[in-house]
This record gives sequence, C-alpha cells and structure tokens, in this order.
Amino acid sequence: MELTTVWFLLIAVLWTGYLVLEGFDFGVGMLLPVLGRRNNTDRRVMINTIGPVWDGNEVWLLTAGGATFAAFPEWYATLFSGFYLPLLLILLALIIRVVAFEWRGKIDDDRWRARADLALTVGSWVPAVLWGVAFANIVRGVELDADHQYVGGFVALLNPFALLGGAVTALLFLTHGAVFLALKSAGDVRERAGALAAHIAPVTLAVTAAWAVWAQLAYSVAWTWGAVGLAAAALLVLVRATRDRREGWAFVASAVTIVAAVVLIFGSLFPDVMPAFDPAHSLTVTNASSTDYTLTVMTWVAVALTPLVLLYQGWTYWVFRKRVSAEQIPASVGLTFARRAPAAAGVGTRRPGDGGAGIAAGSDAGSDATDRPTAS
Amino acid sequence: MEALDLARWQFGVTTVYHFIFVPLTIGLSPLVALMQTFWVRTGDEKWLRLTKFFGKLFLINFAIGVATGIVQEFQFGMNWSEYSRFVGDVFGAPLAMEALAAFFVESTFLGLWIFGWDKLPKKIHLACIWAVALATNLSAFFILAANSWMQHPVGAILNTETGRAEMVDIVAVLTNPTVLAAFPHTITAALLTAGTFVAGIGAWWMVRTVRRGDVDLARTVYRPAVVLGTITMLVAGVGLGVTGDWQAKLMFVQQPMKMAAAEALCESTDGAAFSILAIGDLANDCDGVSHLIEIPGMTAFLATGEFDAPLDGVHDLQAQYEEKYGAGVDYTPNLAVTYWSFRLMIGMAAGSALLAVAVLWFTRRGRVSDNPWLARIALAAIPTPFLASAFGWIFTEMGRQPWVVVPNPNPSGVDGVWLLTARGVSTVVSPAMVITSMAAFTLLYGVLAVIWFKLMHRFAVEGVADSEHDPSPEARTDDPDDPDSAADRPLSFAY
Repeated sequence: MELTTVWFLLIAVLWTGYLVLEGFDFGVGMLLPVLGRRNNTDRRVMINTIGPVWDGNEVWLLTAGGATFAAFPEWYATLFSGFYLPLLLILLALIIRVVAFEWRGKIDDDRWRARADLALTVGSWVPAVLWGVAFANIVRGVELDADHQYVGGFVALLNPFALLGGAVTALLFLTHGAVFLALKSAGDVRERAGALAAHIAPVTLAVTAAWAVWAQLAYSVAWTWGAVGLAAAALLVLVRATRDRREGWAFVASAVTIVAAVVLIFGSLFPDVMPAFDPAHSLTVTNASSTDYTLTVMTWVAVALTPLVLLYQGWTYWVFRKRVSAEQIPASVGLTFARRAPAAAGVGTRRPGDGGAGIAAGSDAGSDATDRPTAS
Repeated sequence: MEALDLARWQFGVTTVYHFIFVPLTIGLSPLVALMQTFWVRTGDEKWLRLTKFFGKLFLINFAIGVATGIVQEFQFGMNWSEYSRFVGDVFGAPLAMEALAAFFVESTFLGLWIFGWDKLPKKIHLACIWAVALATNLSAFFILAANSWMQHPVGAILNTETGRAEMVDIVAVLTNPTVLAAFPHTITAALLTAGTFVAGIGAWWMVRTVRRGDVDLARTVYRPAVVLGTITMLVAGVGLGVTGDWQAKLMFVQQPMKMAAAEALCESTDGAAFSILAIGDLANDCDGVSHLIEIPGMTAFLATGEFDAPLDGVHDLQAQYEEKYGAGVDYTPNLAVTYWSFRLMIGMAAGSALLAVAVLWFTRRGRVSDNPWLARIALAAIPTPFLASAFGWIFTEMGRQPWVVVPNPNPSGVDGVWLLTARGVSTVVSPAMVITSMAAFTLLYGVLAVIWFKLMHRFAVEGVADSEHDPSPEARTDDPDDPDSAADRPLSFAY
C-alpha cells in the first residue's frame, strides 16, 4: 500500500477515535441541563462518569491535527485557514469546556457551578454541531483556487447539506452520550438517560439516514453503500436496544454508527482529501502529502505508539468501569471565595505546644464557617 | 494594521499567555510527584497533606495550560497557512510525535491520578503522577525541537521545484544543537518557577503559622516544603546559568544578528563590552543608541570565552544579509525589544535568588522564622520566574525577526532553507477575521486569567489541610470484595 494511503487511513482512524470517544463526553455535556436539571448531585454524577477520561479523549483531536500537519501539510494549511471562523468557535468552546471541568468543583457556590455548567453545555454543543458542518462541507467539496486556497468564504459553509450534517453529529453525540450515561451511571440518572435515549434514537435514525443517503447519492462511490448499510443496521439496533434498555448493546450500536459515518465520510473523499468544485484544484492524498521520508518516519512512530495508547487508555476505562451513583458523590471539596472567619481560622484555639488538638479544633470550626452561606 | 501584524500580535499574545501556565505545570509535576514519593516511602502524613495541597494548585493551573495549548496547534494552520505549507514536511513531525508520545500519556495518567486515589494500589497511583511529570517534560522536548528547527534548520533540504522544505534526517532534527541547549534551559526555568512557587508559598505560610503561635505546624509541615522548594531553586538556578551561557554561545554562531541586537552592538568590534544600561531612539536606528553603563570585554567573553574576540555588529550583518538574501529588507530585529527583553529575562532571576538567600538565612540550622520580610520577599519572588520566561520567549522570538525560519549559513545548519515571517501568513484570511479571533481570544483569556488567579490565590491562602486520611485501597478497612460496601462508599475524589 502507498504510504499516502496508509496515512489517509491513519487519520481516518484518529478521527474515529476522537468522534467515538469525545462523542459521548460531548453528549454528557450537552445533556447536562436536561438530565441534570433537578439538582447538583445529578449533574455531578453525570460529570463524574466522564471525569477521568474526557481529557484523554480530547487528545485524539490534537493527534489528528498534528498527524494532518505532518502527513498532509497542504490539507492542514488549506483546511485550517479556510474554515477559520468555525474552527475559532470550536477552539473557544473547547477552552471554556476544559477549564469548566477542572474548576467547577473548586468553589462551593451555586452561581459558580451554574456558570461552569453553562460553559460545559455550550462548550459541548458548539463543537458537536460544527464538526458535522465542517466534515459535511469537506464531503460536499469546497471552492479551492489553483493554489489550493479556500476562497469560498464563510457563508458558503452554511449550505443545507452541511447544516444537516451538523444536526447529524449533534444528534449522534446526544444519543451516544445518553446511552453512555445509561451504561455508566446508577439510579435515577441511569433511568432517565435510558428513557431519553429511547426517545431520541428514532429521530437520530431518521436524520442520520437522510443525510447518509444524500451524501452517498450525491458525493460518494459505490462501495460506501456498505458504510451506509452498516450505519442503518447499527441505528436499528440502537432503536431496539434503547427501547429494551439493553445498555451495553445500545452503546455498541451508537459507537458503530459513528464509526460507519467516519467510513462514509473518508470513503467518499478518497483519493481526495479536500475535493474542490473544480476537480483540477482538488487536494489529493498525493498533492497534499509530505515526502516519503517523513511519512516513513511517522509510520514507525505511529506503529510503535498507537497500540500503547490503546492499551493504557483501555486500562483507564477498566479501572473506572464501575457505575457512578448519587450515593458515591462526596460532599463538595470546594472552598468559598469568602475567607474563613478569623475566629474560626484557629488563631484563638491554637497555642504553641497544644499541637494536634488545636489543629483539629481549628479544622472543625473552619469547615463550619465554610458551610454557612455567608460566613461573615 | 495588516493581517500580518495582527497575526503576529495574536501569536505573541496567545503564546506568551500559554507560557504563563506551562512552566508551572512542567516544574510542579515532578515536585508533586516527589512529595507523594516521600509519603509512600515514609508513610509520613505531612507529605500526603503537601501532595494534596500543591496537587490542587497544580490541577487548577494544568487545566488552563491544556485549554490554551489547543489554540497553539490550530493557530499555525489558521493564521500561518503559508508557513505551514513551507515547513509542514519537517515541522509537523515533532508536533505529531508530541501528541502521540506525550499528550496521551499526560492526559490519561492525570485522569488516573486525580480519580484513582482510592482505586489504584499506592505505588501504581504514584507511578501515574510520575508518568504525568515525565510526559509534560517530554512534550516540552518535542515542541522545543520544532521551535529550534525554526531558529536553526537542520536535517532538511529545499525542494526547488515546490519551493518547500523537506525533511531528510529526523535524527538531525531531534538532536539539533539548538534544542539540546534550549530544552535544558527551558526545563531548568520551569523548575525554578515551580521551586520559587513552592518555597514562596511555603515560606509565607511558615511565617504566618509561627506568628499565630503554631511553631509545631510551621516546623513539621511548611518548613519541609520550603526546603524542597529552595533545593529545587538552587539546582535549577545553577542549571539555568550554565545552559543559558551555553545557549548564548550557540546563538552568537547561529543567529549573530539576534545577539548583536541584544547588545545593540552597531559596529563590528574586538572585545565588545556588555551593555548594562542604554537608551535609544524609537526609530530602531542602531546608531541612535547610547550605552550608559558597560562592562568592557564582557560580551566578547560571553560569546566566545575570550575577552578580546571579534564580533560582528548590526551594520555589517545587515550588509551581509542584503548580499545573501536581497536588498530592501530590514534584517535588524526591533532593537529596544530585543535589548530589554534579554536583560529583563536575566534580571528577573534576582527575585528567586533573593528568596533563596533569605530562606537559607532565616531557616538556617533547622530554624523556623516569623520575620515579616521573609513573607514579603516570598510573595514578591513568586511572579518573577514567570516574567523571566515571558521575556525569554519575547527575546528569542522577536530577536529572530524578520525571519520565521532563520537562515543558517554556518557549518552546523543547512543552507537554503529559510522563510521571512511576512511570507508565512495566511493569504486567504482577512484582517477582519484576525481581529475577530484576536479580540475573542484576548477577551476570553483576560477573563480566564482573573479566574485562574483568584482560584490559585484562594487555594494558596487556604493552606495545607489539618489532616488527610490515607485514601489508598491498602488502607481500607472494609472488605474490598464485598460489593455492597464498595458500591455505596463515597469516592475519595469527584468533580
């Protein structure tokens, strides 16, 4: 196989990893105001199902980006400068999402948490929609000039096919997130996530099928009917499994649907990486690629490291395989921005030499003060 | 302003901002790992308390470093697509390696460390934070290898047909003498940042607890943190000086214009002096600079090890560059920025040095101190290494202008591979788009900086917890095989 083909496949694999893994943690973030509307404990159950893994999932994107830069610099340059505004919005969304995960629990305050929840929700919805818009545009083809520069402008990206693509990724991630939550949480959240998944699965089936058939008929080659068929079968299993609350099967089905969608997208492109309206201007695996030497080096690196990544990421999922329930959620470890009241901080109770007892007294008084809404 | 200037400003703002958080992440991860190692080895609870205390600060900081790092990888393609086309064959490789070899390890094992306290055996949990520490340092290596290639292209040739650089030797790229000097310099700077941070916060708390009368707490918990931070500062400080000297000597060979500009050395001179204070006009005219305080022969000595060695000045270098790369381009970087950022980078080291001396004096032979001056110096010293790093990057990146890939007509670099910054900017991105993204990033970054500071401050003034129970599975008293007791037990950590 040509090295350029190998790298086309590897980048498809990296995007598959990203969309399948980050797909469900986008879904969890998107569902925060829906399934988590009742109370903070429910929201914390939801966030903690993905707590240990969302960061590792996001690295699949950075790797896909870095691999595109290394293997197909022309593709990277045209895509990133051409899809400037959508990528800007995705970046802003990812930034607020990352800090919200880590900072949310640091301050024990309802307004603080509400803002972090908003950042998580918006930060999950925006990329969930825009990745679909971006990929649908690549499938559809864009206006490139003879130098392979994107000259179509921003508004041209908002065509019906691309917008429907955005709806597809949003629905897929929403469903994927709901079935993940049904699989990974316990109690009330699990129940409601399962019910919601059963409700939206038929909608996801209809919209995804419509887009996939459109993509297949208008832009793809014969063999990707296989991917469309696989997606349809997986979606039918998904509808059935969510109705029967077969949580494991439902998750497998939604994951396979995303895999099939990536196969359809990349299958329709090959051997182009970015088809142009004028086929003479298209970026292909050949004219966008790095040299054979660079591809050879990167192939060795990828072959050596990717199995390791799968191994330790897989191990992480094993370590955190248990369901998260409301009973397991500890009291908030966050502080309040208001400082501990001076009397409670231990000045009065701590004397030189009374060591442990004084410290313990200070501690109790302190935590009392932080629990009070207005300490001073 | 044109798209070029805006794109440069955006790169400067987002990169300097990103690098506020990165050195603390790089430096603090091994220190937190060390604290946890002490706890696992000795079972001494104070090290667990310190691990948790500095671990929280580490995590608050880590999040914003990761978030702002995503922008860095996308920005090359968004604002600098022509640069990306030119260098992608070479420059993309270390970036992809960084993601595959370092980012995956860092993010996955950090997740295991944060959430795994009560799930993983003690030693495996400890190995997770060490994996994070090694991976953050490894990622620094790959990104510096990429940057060093821009400073000093090696292992590549120019394909005259496509007009692009092509990699011919990955080993040369990864063993570029520039990265071999820049990497230890950056890592020691990060360790100085983290050492100052730990010693600074520890010393402030030590003074505070002694003044509250709790000498015991100051002695048993805060003093060991101060000692650990100060040892780190001392080791890192020596390393920083050695690697800085090494790097400077390399720069005089590889980028003579950058160093001539840093010294505002206009004419080629034998035994050039080191300028300590100079004033110039704002027209970037070298002859308009007057040197007020100088150390004779010092620049020549720093550059070559000999006090009377000859060095090229800005004027001669400009003439040489015009001959080689064409007239009509000003090959002189901004003199004021280069001159002052170089001096401020070095000068900021005084902050950490002062704190180290103060700590060594006030805590000599097992003492704890309630001296308010120690607390003041501690607080004042904490930001100085952050500023030094920022000035260091401003110096090294502004000093190579007008080049984005610097030509290296010297024995160790490849000839023929170079690119002017002006030629690297995206051609399809309008000034309005760059203004939009720059405004969005600046605004968001401003807000996040305020929140980051408030959180770091709040958790720092909270102090070390009065006690921490051992959360490890080994210390558990209930039956780990009994599913009922395991299911309902609250997690030791949750968001």
